[in-house]
Amino acid sequence: MKNFLYELKESLLISLYAIRANKVRSMLTTLGIIIGVTSVVLMSTAIKGIDNAFQKGVSSLGSDNLYIDKWAWFNNDIPWWEMRNRKNLDMDDFKKYEDLAKLPAAVAPTIWTNKKIKFKERNVEGIMISGTTYNYINTTNLSFESGRFFNDFESRGARNVAVIGFTVAKQLFPLGNGLGQEIKIGDVKFKVVGVLDEQGSWVMGNFNPDNQVFIPIDCVFKYFQGERMRSITINVRAPNSTSVEAVKEEAIGIMRRVRGLSYAEDNDFSINQQEGLLTTINQTIGVIQIAGLFITGLALFVGAIGIMNIMFVSVKERTREIGVRKAIGAKNRTILTQFIMEAAIICLIGGMIGLGIAVTLSMIVNQYLPTAVQADAVILAVVISLLTGILSGFAPAYTASKLDPVEALRYE
Amino acid sequence: MKIITIEHIAKIYQVGTEEVHALADVSLTIGKNEYVAIMGPSGSGKSTLMNILGCLDTPTKGIYDFNGVNVSEMNDNELAAIRNKEIGFVFQTFNLLPRSNALHNVELPLIYSGMPSAERKERAMEALINVGLENRVYHRPNELSGGQRQRVAIARALVTRPSIILADEPTGNLDTKTGEEIMVLFNEIYEAGNTIILVTHEEYIAEHAERIIRLRDGLVEKNEIVENRFIPQKRESH
Repeated sequence: MKNFLYELKESLLISLYAIRANKVRSMLTTLGIIIGVTSVVLMSTAIKGIDNAFQKGVSSLGSDNLYIDKWAWFNNDIPWWEMRNRKNLDMDDFKKYEDLAKLPAAVAPTIWTNKKIKFKERNVEGIMISGTTYNYINTTNLSFESGRFFNDFESRGARNVAVIGFTVAKQLFPLGNGLGQEIKIGDVKFKVVGVLDEQGSWVMGNFNPDNQVFIPIDCVFKYFQGERMRSITINVRAPNSTSVEAVKEEAIGIMRRVRGLSYAEDNDFSINQQEGLLTTINQTIGVIQIAGLFITGLALFVGAIGIMNIMFVSVKERTREIGVRKAIGAKNRTILTQFIMEAAIICLIGGMIGLGIAVTLSMIVNQYLPTAVQADAVILAVVISLLTGILSGFAPAYTASKLDPVEALRYE
Repeated sequence: MKIITIEHIAKIYQVGTEEVHALADVSLTIGKNEYVAIMGPSGSGKSTLMNILGCLDTPTKGIYDFNGVNVSEMNDNELAAIRNKEIGFVFQTFNLLPRSNALHNVELPLIYSGMPSAERKERAMEALINVGLENRVYHRPNELSGGQRQRVAIARALVTRPSIILADEPTGNLDTKTGEEIMVLFNEIYEAGNTIILVTHEEYIAEHAERIIRLRDGLVEKNEIVENRFIPQKRESH
């Protein structure tokens, strides 16, 4: 054991010596590994980053929330035409459910429509308008930059009040706070009673509260569309995450009754959950991960071939040196260790440089896209580069160790 | 006391379909503190004999006894250990590691024998001082003259305190004057009690030895004692 450590230490020194002696070649060799490790680390951090963004975005839906809807959001088991033929959910359904449901912490109906918003000369097109009730705030974790959500009174009375998302507020009121201002949704005047904090992530797109405007649901029916025109969604919040299943069971029971379904009939509504979205997202990310790692793995593989190539050249070039080393007593194993060590060190240096580049790049990219460099990226880089070095160095090192000293000494 | 005893050694190479008898049948002994020259024209089997004596190669037939150990049937690693401890090589082309300094070159055999670093450095330094290179310790081969390079090589051969020094045309790449200086050094080494085997094709170099073994066509042609061995004199230092 002690002997082995001595040999390891000495071959490490010899390898370092050889690498320093052939600086240019060593550097060129490293290039392949630098590129390989950079891309692997970047890819893995990018995937991590995207994943984090999705998880964060999804969690803005709330893990305790259920959404009773005509459509199944994530589930593809039910054919779409069957869902299309379902009866719309309307306010009557909601009211009956609200009366019967005992378990939920809060329930609120929502309906969406798209409208142009105006403040003085400033126009913002295609804003998602959410019509809902005062209870909506209790089904979410929304926080306010200023103001408040509309109250029960405003909600029931269908007052022209609006709560605007962070991004919408920035677009309408780039210079100041919009609280108390009058804006026009379509052609109808609304008073801004609340401005939200920045909430979510780009992942949720238009469903991100940042991009929405909330108004009392009856205003939507009054000004923008008929009550039975579109199906509503019922937001249900369970008191805590352990009771989600019970709330769901209760909701199914109540909704079947409300919708007048007989025992033989299937549900003509769907209960949507964050979980369903998570499954979908995880599948997508899984695919990205496999594809990404395959492509970057290819880059690394090319780098490894490069190392192997250079190591073969190096063995050929140093045949005489190997002959001398053997003549003065280097064992086959010693030569093998030396050359593998050389390849491993070259790769390790490349790996470290690659890691440095990857970290720098991801810091730059982070300004535009979410990425996340973590400690495991360092481990990944070290393990990958060492492994590449050992694997790609083995064949050349073996050739070197098997050289006949007589032949090697005679080699010109 | 005998260091080397070889009996009926033959080395046969297969070249295509033809068998080449590089060594046909050679027997000889070399004793402790002998100074032996091996001579012969090219193709006489001189290099092959040297490779076998140096444990770089094994004979096809026959017995090679080195210090009472039969090395003719050893494997690669055992041979490497013998080379490391018992044999010091000096080559015509010096064969130093080009990018390493003199000290590191001399240290190398001790690294392979597993000697701790401090002791190793001390021994290598001592060997370099013995060959008169105390001022060139940290020079690389390309910063040294031919004679100095050969001195580094000799220091490397001596540093393990081997049983024999095996020198293959050690003056072949040097001019006459430098060659003479190297022969002075060999003489000193010999007089200090070492055993030297000198392989050469030049008569006047061979005459430095006590005994000349002449090879021809893979056989020992003559094995003669040199009557008046040439003892080189150290010149005035300049």
